[in-house]
Amino acid sequence: MVNLKIDGKTIQVEDGITILQAAEQQEIKIPTLCYHPLMEPYAACRVCVVESISGKGSELVTSCNTLVKNGMEIQTASDKALFARRMNVEMLLAQAPAAVPVQELAKELGIEKTRFKIKDPDEKCILCGMCVRACEDIVGASAISFLQRGQHREVCTPFGEQSEACIGCTACAFFCPTGAITVEDLHGRKVIHSELDLGPSTAIRVPIRQAVPMVPFIDEEACIHFKTGECKICSDVCQKEAIDHEAQDEEIELEVGSIILASGFKSFDPSLIPAYGYGRLDNVITALEFERLVNASSPTGGKILLSNGEEPKSVGIIHCVGSRDENYNEYCSRVCCMYSLKFAHLLKEKTSADIYDFYIDMRCFGKGYEEFYHRLLHEGTKFIRGRVSEVSDMALSKEEEGKLIIRVEDTLIGVVRRIPVDMVILATGLEPGTDSNQIAKVFNISCSQDGFFLERHPKLAPVSTFSDGIFLAGTCQSPKDIPDTVAQAGAAACEALALADKGKFDLEPITAEIDEELCAGCQICVGLCPFTAITYDKEKGISEINDALCKGCGTCVSACPSGAAQQKHFRDKQIFAEIEGIFIE
Amino acid sequence: MSTEKPKVAFYWCASCGGCEEAVIDLAEDILKVTAAVDIVFWPVAMDFKKTDVEAMEDGSIAVSFINGAVRNSEQEEMVNLLRRKSGLVVAFGSCSHLGGIPGLANFWNRKTIFNSSYHTSPSTDNPEGTIPQEKHIMEDGKELTLPRFYDTVYTLDQVIDVDYYLPGCAPPKHLIMTAITAILEGKLPSKGAVLSPNKSLCDDCGRNDSKPEKLAIKAVKRPWEVEMDNEKCFLAQGIICMGPATRSGCEERCILGNMPCRGCFGPTDQVYDQGAKFLGAFASLLDSDDEEEIEKIVNTIVDPAGTFYRFSLPSSILRRKRMETVK
Amino acid sequence: MSSENFDPTLIGFLCTWCSYTGADLAGTARMTYSPNIRIIRVMCSGRVDPQFVIKAFKEGADGILISGCHPGDCHYKEGNYKALRRHRLLRKMLEQFGIEKERLRLEWVSAAEGAKFQNVCDEFTEQIKELGPLNIMKGDINEYREA
Ligand code: SF4
Ligand code: SF4
Ligand code: SF4
Ligand code: SF4
Ligand code: FES
Ligand code: FES
Repeated sequence: MVNLKIDGKTIQVEDGITILQAAEQQEIKIPTLCYHPLMEPYAACRVCVVESISGKGSELVTSCNTLVKNGMEIQTASDKALFARRMNVEMLLAQAPAAVPVQELAKELGIEKTRFKIKDPDEKCILCGMCVRACEDIVGASAISFLQRGQHREVCTPFGEQSEACIGCTACAFFCPTGAITVEDLHGRKVIHSELDLGPSTAIRVPIRQAVPMVPFIDEEACIHFKTGECKICSDVCQKEAIDHEAQDEEIELEVGSIILASGFKSFDPSLIPAYGYGRLDNVITALEFERLVNASSPTGGKILLSNGEEPKSVGIIHCVGSRDENYNEYCSRVCCMYSLKFAHLLKEKTSADIYDFYIDMRCFGKGYEEFYHRLLHEGTKFIRGRVSEVSDMALSKEEEGKLIIRVEDTLIGVVRRIPVDMVILATGLEPGTDSNQIAKVFNISCSQDGFFLERHPKLAPVSTFSDGIFLAGTCQSPKDIPDTVAQAGAAACEALALADKGKFDLEPITAEIDEELCAGCQICVGLCPFTAITYDKEKGISEINDALCKGCGTCVSACPSGAAQQKHFRDKQIFAEIEGIFIE
Repeated sequence: MSTEKPKVAFYWCASCGGCEEAVIDLAEDILKVTAAVDIVFWPVAMDFKKTDVEAMEDGSIAVSFINGAVRNSEQEEMVNLLRRKSGLVVAFGSCSHLGGIPGLANFWNRKTIFNSSYHTSPSTDNPEGTIPQEKHIMEDGKELTLPRFYDTVYTLDQVIDVDYYLPGCAPPKHLIMTAITAILEGKLPSKGAVLSPNKSLCDDCGRNDSKPEKLAIKAVKRPWEVEMDNEKCFLAQGIICMGPATRSGCEERCILGNMPCRGCFGPTDQVYDQGAKFLGAFASLLDSDDEEEIEKIVNTIVDPAGTFYRFSLPSSILRRKRMETVK
Repeated sequence: MSSENFDPTLIGFLCTWCSYTGADLAGTARMTYSPNIRIIRVMCSGRVDPQFVIKAFKEGADGILISGCHPGDCHYKEGNYKALRRHRLLRKMLEQFGIEKERLRLEWVSAAEGAKFQNVCDEFTEQIKELGPLNIMKGDINEYREA
């Protein structure tokens, strides 16, 4: 412990902290510019100077990097300190007259203008080197450094060119106290839509706002540490010390009584339909991207904007993209009509755009859905019945210029129409997850023709599968909306619980058995059992079936050359009788 | 009848004669038999006529041992006669039990067999192209007849009611003796029994323990194509051995002669069709899951029907080749 | 029987998990297919004993379908491979009995392939119609005596 005096107050602080930190603990404010708690202090700006009195003399020290000492006496706002601080700020003002924090500091200290020579009135950089040190010490990339010396000193990439070492992490801009560094989009676009994709916002994040559990994870693709081996700022700030960059993916084995598969769906990739221009034309976006855009936490703060930042004046919503189409998926994705109606409603609520809704059939099947559709009709959404053939930017008339033109046959009036809009939302359908086939293999279940997991029976066992103890919930089984998913998930949970509660499950009594009076021990059956249920007892000279392992395929039975093995309920005799039965006139 | 010795008859239908030989092979034991019974009919060894049998009282013969399959009208007539006269009928040997080697003729019919035997076989010298006639009127007006040769070979029990079966080509001595003793002592099992253990040959076979943990067959070899290991299970050597699908009781005489079992004892009681059953077992062992490779292995099996039904074709479910496809 | 009004009888041995369910699907989806097939359910195509096939031919089947899960999809992992091996050998052997190999058909029909089951049944019926009746003799001893 260290005893010292700050601004006349005697205090006791722990060893090894700086004067600045000690002052902070006393809620005494010392201005800083080049200080950041996550970085080693470097004392470049010198606005944090304070007066340190010892014995008869006193000296000026930078509080951000001077450690406390026993018996120290500090004056943070003495005349001597303030004089020095003003002088320093005046010099900084000359160096970086455009830097807002410097201007504010100057004002606070009563400086009206600098007496020093201003080199560049637009300069914001105070040459504190925060950025350089961030890049070097924290990121480990060393993409920027100081160029030249003295008066001509500046921060720059090597030779002032675009640096290959820069990983684009923007740490430099983050640490710059004056906003002198901006990160420029290389392509020079002001494209907000490119941020729409649901890709990473930060390298460490919670997956989605509704995630359960709400635990962040580190995206190795985006994390600086995994690029340069440095940074680890997140672990510095995490007081619970919960972050472990060394953590490896782990395979965890759990013994469970039942399994519910809820592996979800994949959204149809509309770039497979080139005529709709997705990925080629600006402002053609998918339903999911629109969802992100209108979400309050979106890059636009929930505002519906075009890629140029303006509000759309007209929007077209195209239904059944990738659904109900022999070329893509034959089935109806079930949710797109309703979410498209929701979009139309949101658009009405948030913009004054004209809304066109292109549909094949309006499938408002659920409770309150038809009523919602009627509401939309009253709200003035224009519904056009017909499959859109093309979205293009080829204007044929003045009013089409700069617009996206939707070509569609309006089947209600029997004419082909061209409708110019500012934004096109594609109501993409639901597809089975990319790895659903592998999952099916692992769990020994089947997929239906369309690739979704197959239920045991469409009516009588809609959440069970052909594998006992494995249940289905949600869109992995078929496209469905939230109420249906919740209902199915509930049913699956009940089935799983019922099974777990019983603690055992009934084997079908169809196992095979070997009559030891008849078995010759020829062992033909032994190697054929896929579940290694059969063993040969050398002593007795016969083969035996383990009832708990036998699943009742009957392979051994049809192989047993002496008829010693028989399958319960599928005995040779019984099947022979079945065959005979068929031919009884 | 109590003072009389029981009467016994032996008869020979379509067979090679080996079964008669087997009776002779009883050697000194035959004396025990003749001491205990009265042989009233045995065409191969003693001079009896059909009329002698006809003259007997129905049911007066205690037991008739009939070997050979039934393939013509004379045999059919004779076995019917013996059935009438006998208390018990024992099908003796593979041919009467299952059809036997003569039963392989069921892949053909009369026409094709005559054509081969009387016209096309390399050893045939028949410039006039004569084939057997069932009836011929001699110059002196006498009518000569030959039995009618059937299209299909029958097992004995397809023609008459059979009480017991003595399996084997030919039935081994110890089984014959046990059977005769049982009959004499009246200690017979229930009617229709095959008088040999109802387990397959592997049960007895000394090679059974040489089987690998998992039998898998990559290519099928015929016995003359390889140098055979005389201790290892034939199946493990890729050689077709019908042992697992064949009733035991032969004292593994082929195996001991370093030849795989051909199945002369027929199937066990639980099996309906020896050939199909063996096929089901054997095919399962083919070591591939690939269609083409399976075809390839299957092609190394030269004559599956003839191999799997070597002794049992007439007794099998299908009994014979589809008549209209015989060429 | 002239082959025009020959109405073949087909027997199908279907595994419970895939093919039987596929056939069920064809039913629930109200697909119509030729009514000639009679189905016998087994747990797995690996349970189909060649004895059953021969028995069914003997009893009067003109064609027999064995149907199981697609390779790799068998509920019991590999029963269908055993079925495949048996089918290939049995088919070869049946030809020696004068039974055309087309009369014993092996198909993989998944639980989702109701339409495939429909096609297989229709196609198989047509094929057997073309081949004509099998006319296996039923077992009366007199029938076998003379061709
Ligand atoms: S029935 Fe199938 S699972 Fe059961 S012992 Fe036989 S081969 Fe194995
Ligand atoms: S195949 Fe049949 S006889 Fe051979 S060991 Fe297995 S159960 Fe016994
Ligand atoms: S298969 Fe043949 S050789 Fe092998 S154990 Fe059986 S009888 Fe013996
Ligand atoms: S080994 Fe087979 S073929 Fe040889 S005698 Fe025995 S049962 Fe007959
Ligand atoms: S804050 Fe201490 S020198 Fe910049
Ligand atoms: S369960 Fe269908 S083939 Fe095995």
